[in-house]
Amino acid sequence: MEISPALLFNAIIAGLLLGGLYAAMSVGISISFGMLDVVNIAHPGFIILGSYIAYIVNSRYGFDPIAVAIILSPLFFLLGRMLYRVYYVCFEKRGQESLRGLAFFFGILFITEVALILVFGVDYRTVSGVYTDVTWRLGVVDFPLRMVVPFLVSLVMVIGLQLFLTHTFFGRAVLAVAQDQLALRLMGVDPVRIKELAFALSIATAGIAGALLIVIQPLEPSVGREYIGLVFAVCVLGGMGSIWGTLAGALVLGLAESFTATFFGPSWAPAVSFGMLLLALAFRPSGLLGR
Amino acid sequence: MSNPVFAAVAFAVALALAAGCQLIPNEFFFSAAYTVLLYVILATAWNILGGYTGYVNFGSAAFFAIGAYTTVALYYAFKLPLAVTIPAGTAVAGLAGLGLGYLTLRLRGVFFAIASLALAVVLFTFVVNWDYVGGARGAYVLQPTDVPFGLPRYIHLLFAVEVLMAATALVIARTIETSTIGRGLAAIRDDEIAAESAGVPTLRLKIFSAAVSGALMGMAGTTFPYYLSYIEPSSAFSLSYAVNSIAMPLIGGMMTWTGPLIGAVLLGTVQQLVQVTVSSAWNLLIVGVLLVLFVTLAPEGIMGWVQAWRRRAARGVQKRD
Repeated sequence: MEISPALLFNAIIAGLLLGGLYAAMSVGISISFGMLDVVNIAHPGFIILGSYIAYIVNSRYGFDPIAVAIILSPLFFLLGRMLYRVYYVCFEKRGQESLRGLAFFFGILFITEVALILVFGVDYRTVSGVYTDVTWRLGVVDFPLRMVVPFLVSLVMVIGLQLFLTHTFFGRAVLAVAQDQLALRLMGVDPVRIKELAFALSIATAGIAGALLIVIQPLEPSVGREYIGLVFAVCVLGGMGSIWGTLAGALVLGLAESFTATFFGPSWAPAVSFGMLLLALAFRPSGLLGR
Repeated sequence: MSNPVFAAVAFAVALALAAGCQLIPNEFFFSAAYTVLLYVILATAWNILGGYTGYVNFGSAAFFAIGAYTTVALYYAFKLPLAVTIPAGTAVAGLAGLGLGYLTLRLRGVFFAIASLALAVVLFTFVVNWDYVGGARGAYVLQPTDVPFGLPRYIHLLFAVEVLMAATALVIARTIETSTIGRGLAAIRDDEIAAESAGVPTLRLKIFSAAVSGALMGMAGTTFPYYLSYIEPSSAFSLSYAVNSIAMPLIGGMMTWTGPLIGAVLLGTVQQLVQVTVSSAWNLLIVGVLLVLFVTLAPEGIMGWVQAWRRRAARGVQKRD
């Protein structure tokens, strides 16, 4: 197949922009799974919930979907706190997180999906805003604003989280939970409380990522599960709980998916992230366990 | 009851059921019972790895679909009958379980869980793009018009086959549970490091149970294309198989072979009723809610209640003496 430079440049730019979105979707998993060891496979469910809230407010009142998500993120924060409290009392405290905790989150994911289907049906939904139909052109390369704006918002969110985690007392306490919970207890800090707030933070990022997702593409409730592989692949590729690693992993995956879609057809794209995850798990286990 | 005796009893009961139910005049009964039995097999298979060993498999639908699409591929290529495609689909799914287990069971359990989900999506994409078996459009698998054993319709035969398969799955599960292998698996579930240092060959046992579990799920799928006469990727890979095969053992109880059986029969029957009277979306919601309620409030499942009640009864008897 003849590959024109225009096609190549467009694939690269589209991949990087997509990667920005993936970073926003995965950074929550890097916090909950990477740092707190809470295997929240319901994370994509909350992303889709965020998408639908943005969609409702956008289609009723015409507000900007991303602004709506940022304003409503405290709600997701509260939801996250409640969820972690249930998880802690029922599973973590009893040492049953590995099997029943996983099944619990799987059930939550399933309930969100089916409830959204019951309310909204399986039609694809989309949002509109001032930037959704504008495309900038730089030579042969397209910069559709509906991808550029989420990319920038995601970048700000990820960099903000990194600064927050490394420069505030609370952020450092979260990093400490990831390393040694007993030591944290000896310093007079309650690790459960820190985990609760950090988990809530991860759910808040899911709400915002949901709005970014629905700006980029129309979606229906059951697409959520397609992103489970993606968010975990990014987290694993990025080295489990490193925010910069998450950003790098997300960009790599975005590029890989964009190239697959361009050169093999979009129907193969969903397999890319899961395939990379399987390969990473199968052939680099030492890298994964070396935590 | 020793295992050979149990197997004899199970197959005798299965044959009696398969023969006795042929007298039921209602066609819907066979279709509903087929689905419930399908869930009995899936739940029992899931429990071999999930309940006995403690590793969560989210990819039940993948193994199920491997069985189903093996049947489709062999039917398209050679027009092979069920008698051949059942063992073939079982074997292919078993190999898939072996491979996935070999690649990921060395890691922490959660990675196996995520990888099993990944397997489902990768295989789904593969089947959607595989035109020979119909791709995204789906494939027709016609039921043979002449039904053996003088049965009136093909669904009657499928029902009988499914009863025997369910009996097979239960016999295998009970045999594993009561053997040394089962004790090894339980040791892995309770404390893998302790089991390893006590000399239990943990990796080999885990891979074994992943392969058996996958094979049985594949076996459940092999008759499915004939059941619907038409199969397409999103029905074969439906998430409801994954959810049900986790929810049923959790609700029934995961420690013994009876738990998944009870869970599957109860939940499967409820779903059939809700599907007819309300809608299929609601019945998925019910499964999800029940799963979350049981796992948070009654983690030992229905069999856990039964055992607690038995213990109380036993104490009561002692007091009276």
